Amino acid sequence: MLALFLRDTRLGLRAGGGVLIGILFFLAVIAVVPFGVGPDLKLLARIGPAMLWIGALLATLLGLDRLFQADRDDGSLDLLIMASDRHMLALTVLVKCLAHWSTCVLPLVIASPLLGLFMNMEPAAIGATTLTLFVGTPAITLIGAVGAAVAVALPRGGLLVSVIILPLTIPVLIFGVSAAYGAVEDPAPFVAPFLILVAITLFFAVIGPLAAAAALKSSAD
Amino acid sequence: MSDAASKAGRWVDLANPTRFINFAGIVLPWLVGITLLVLAAGLWMSFQAPDDYQQGSTVKIMFIHVPFAWLSMMCYTVMSISAIGTLVWRHPLADVSAKAAAPIGAAFTALALITGSLWGKPMWGTWWVWDARLTSVFVLFLMYLGIIALTRAMDDPAKSSKATAILTLVGFINIPIIKFSVDWWNTLHQPASVIRMGGPTIHPSLLWPLLVMAVGFTLLFFTLHIMAMRNEIWRRRVVAMRRIAARSAERRGVSS
Repeated sequence: MLALFLRDTRLGLRAGGGVLIGILFFLAVIAVVPFGVGPDLKLLARIGPAMLWIGALLATLLGLDRLFQADRDDGSLDLLIMASDRHMLALTVLVKCLAHWSTCVLPLVIASPLLGLFMNMEPAAIGATTLTLFVGTPAITLIGAVGAAVAVALPRGGLLVSVIILPLTIPVLIFGVSAAYGAVEDPAPFVAPFLILVAITLFFAVIGPLAAAAALKSSAD
Repeated sequence: MSDAASKAGRWVDLANPTRFINFAGIVLPWLVGITLLVLAAGLWMSFQAPDDYQQGSTVKIMFIHVPFAWLSMMCYTVMSISAIGTLVWRHPLADVSAKAAAPIGAAFTALALITGSLWGKPMWGTWWVWDARLTSVFVLFLMYLGIIALTRAMDDPAKSSKATAILTLVGFINIPIIKFSVDWWNTLHQPASVIRMGGPTIHPSLLWPLLVMAVGFTLLFFTLHIMAMRNEIWRRRVVAMRRIAARSAERRGVSS
């Protein structure tokens, strides 16, 4: 399992700058916002956390189709499925998700404070947004694993994955943004939405790999 | 004992598509008739119902909005049961049922959203608010569309059925959220008023038309569902026959 993690991490870092494209896309989304809503610094500071979350969500969805596609193309996915009597397939999927998250999504989380400066956000808001992104984005990857596994047999499944996954990620977005706002604005609570966000991530850490493993098994035969 | 066995036998019989088509042929005319009668009665009762003292005549939108909203959730539940049928029992009609139900459910959800916003404009003063109930129903609508897109994207029904079933089951998380969203969060949408502890809070003069309409639309859903399932079976037969015809034509071409 550790070997699989290391292999996937290495492949993710190497394969054609997938990480860089994700960060650039994130940067582009955030950079477009001031042009869209106007360079009013107060307004930007107010909508900053929400924009960071939306940008991170879109950038995460962008990379999801690579989760199983490359492995299917070179046949290693079939090997992983055949080895499922030794290693539980759901566990394999979980490890692959973790590797994908740490190569493709973790850089986005690390880049988000810098982009928060563009949005004229206060330090507390930047910290809260980064923290909620760190906790919430694994849920997006884990939900995305289901979509990627379901659409893995399709020739051009990339866009379809985003379409079928987006409705399921809305709760993550809602609680992530409300926790980020809760840290800045006084009457809104921070701890409650943050804990719900953690709960969503843990919940999908169970549901996501199990469903994705079932989908992969049915797509293989 | 033997009764239970024959009952189970009847369910297994329905698994055969030909028997299902025969069954549908017998049941459908009756179902259509009853649906029309109940819907006509419900409509007549809705027009007879008194206006609400606060909402005026807009309360009558509720007579169609509430059944649509109920059905949007019931249809997803039917699809989830079909998904379990596909994955666990490999029932041959389960994926036909799930595929046939998705567009009907999407239509009912869209109608619930539209009638709700028509009611919301005079009552709340806005077409749309992002509160928990409305948002979760909107998410349900998007999920229906995603499921439809996925079923249509794969041309091999054997493959798409399992993928769709898994996606449907994952999406079922949303149904309890919709049901209890009005209790968990402070929403503009009013909490449950018909099915609740201590009896309904609606006056009987408004409750009866609502219940009749709900039964009528439920019957309508089952009518449409059985029709759509029959269509889907026929469509698959046509595809299979075309393939056989193409293959035999090829063979004839080789032999001549």
